[in-house]
Amino acid sequence: MRSVRQIALEVQSGESSALSVVEESLAQIRARNDELNVFLYVDEEGARAAANAIDVRIARGEQVGTLAGVPVALKDNLCQTDIPTTCSSRILDGWRPPYSATVVDRLLRAGAIPVGKTNLDEFAMGSSTENSAFGPTRNPLDTSRVPGGSSGGSAAAVAADMTPLALGSDTGGSIRQPAALCGLVGVKPSYGLVSRYGLIAFASSLDQIGPLTKTVTDAAMALEAIAGHDPLDSTSLPEPAPSLVAHVGDGVAGKRIGVVRELIDGADAEVVASVERAVEALKEAGATVVELSVPEFRLGLSAYYLIAPAEASSNLARFDGVRYGLRVDGDDVTAMMEATRTAGFGEEVKRRIMLGTYALSAGYYDAYYGQALKVRTLTINAFRRAYEGADLLVGATTPSVAFEFGSKTADPMAMYLSDVFTIPSNLSGEPAISVPFGTGEAGLPIGVQLLGPGRSEGQLFAGARVLEIADGRP
Amino acid sequence: MPILRREDVAHVAKLARLTMSESELDMFTKQLSQVLEHANDMNALDLEGVIPTAHPFGLINVVREDQLRACLDHDTVMAMAPDAEDGRFAVPRILGEAP
Repeated sequence: MRSVRQIALEVQSGESSALSVVEESLAQIRARNDELNVFLYVDEEGARAAANAIDVRIARGEQVGTLAGVPVALKDNLCQTDIPTTCSSRILDGWRPPYSATVVDRLLRAGAIPVGKTNLDEFAMGSSTENSAFGPTRNPLDTSRVPGGSSGGSAAAVAADMTPLALGSDTGGSIRQPAALCGLVGVKPSYGLVSRYGLIAFASSLDQIGPLTKTVTDAAMALEAIAGHDPLDSTSLPEPAPSLVAHVGDGVAGKRIGVVRELIDGADAEVVASVERAVEALKEAGATVVELSVPEFRLGLSAYYLIAPAEASSNLARFDGVRYGLRVDGDDVTAMMEATRTAGFGEEVKRRIMLGTYALSAGYYDAYYGQALKVRTLTINAFRRAYEGADLLVGATTPSVAFEFGSKTADPMAMYLSDVFTIPSNLSGEPAISVPFGTGEAGLPIGVQLLGPGRSEGQLFAGARVLEIADGRP
Repeated sequence: MPILRREDVAHVAKLARLTMSESELDMFTKQLSQVLEHANDMNALDLEGVIPTAHPFGLINVVREDQLRACLDHDTVMAMAPDAEDGRFAVPRILGEAP
């Protein structure tokens, strides 16, 4: 499928109709969805109606938005009015939200066309999309392998040319990791840059919504459209959306790039080689390179796997069979709630709820949750020190290329360790981007990660664009 | 660092409103212990005096003008409920004996 930028230009100029673009997208979904299990719901009628509305406005000579006619896939933890939203959980099976997420409203305002809802690890808890109650999504590049997770359906939608743009959510790497495993650009914005209103919460102090696309420019266009203050999210940053597309071509001349040992050590040799070549490319583009060690990043994983489950155990308490979703009958209200939750949640969600409830329970709060919050502070301080000597940090996104189904499901800790390079940015609330750079085993893509201080998205896009060009995608 | 026992897991399941089979209790005791063991590396640190961070940008309460504004329609919200009666959520008995 053509890029976001190309489609928007064609639709705005009248060269293509929005309807023809949407039909292309729907045809590709029909052709491949049975095999890949990407979409849980496809809104063919709604997509055609939205496309027609755009085409009518263009025929009248009206201005349409920056994403006019661009089909977009939404991770199924994002609410869209009257469209089934499940979080890939049986506990929400059949639920239709009465309102739309702010990001959905902003996409519509920009002229984008939501075509459906994509599969994820249940409640975004996982790194392979194998935890979905509706079956795993397959990696379009090698169907014996996972697409990553938890935004695996969104990544697969773009990688399989079903849509040129998808939105995901990233709590510990859930946009960047699947982007890396599917050969895409994936952005975890600064905390608060994008409103979380209408995103079903996993861990509220870590969750951020962001785009997955094939190109850096497309990601910048999408983020620019969804970013900016929203009074409906009290954690939303106060300022309007920054200009990002304008900075994609800025380059990295004169920038100081910090190569962080802890964001590389432990990765497969082919991943390390890609990062090293990426560093060379940045150097050739005029950046200076400093080697850094940030030992606190290693501790981040431990802190994350207490903080995220603690917040999740609290957020998921609302699923009790009273107001929406599944209800399983019981003799009294407690028995009903217990039966509902036991039947509605899958194993990984139960594991995290259990872990979080334990970490927050009387007698263990200080030893686990309290300790983790202090380690979070150390991580933030460590980033601050790193940015005294560097403008951007570089490392791997994932330790390996896409892995095979079932290879990590028996051992939760092994699955959790696949997030080790992405978690620090969630703890600090700072932005990071994964950009494809080189390939490894069986020709599968490798993602290189760029990290920056809060609100440095423009710089990250500029760095990612340098890598995109150096990797042969001018 | 405390050791996680099987009875702790059973207690936590009760707090979290989850029913666990015997085999699930065994599995979760083992798996949760592994995660907690990994977390023990944090205990080697001297964290005396470190201020905990609950939120990346130091969350401050946000307030708005206390004015009436549109909200979700009552009927729309009630229509989502698994069981409702006279515009209210219906649940099994909470207190006392069944009638």
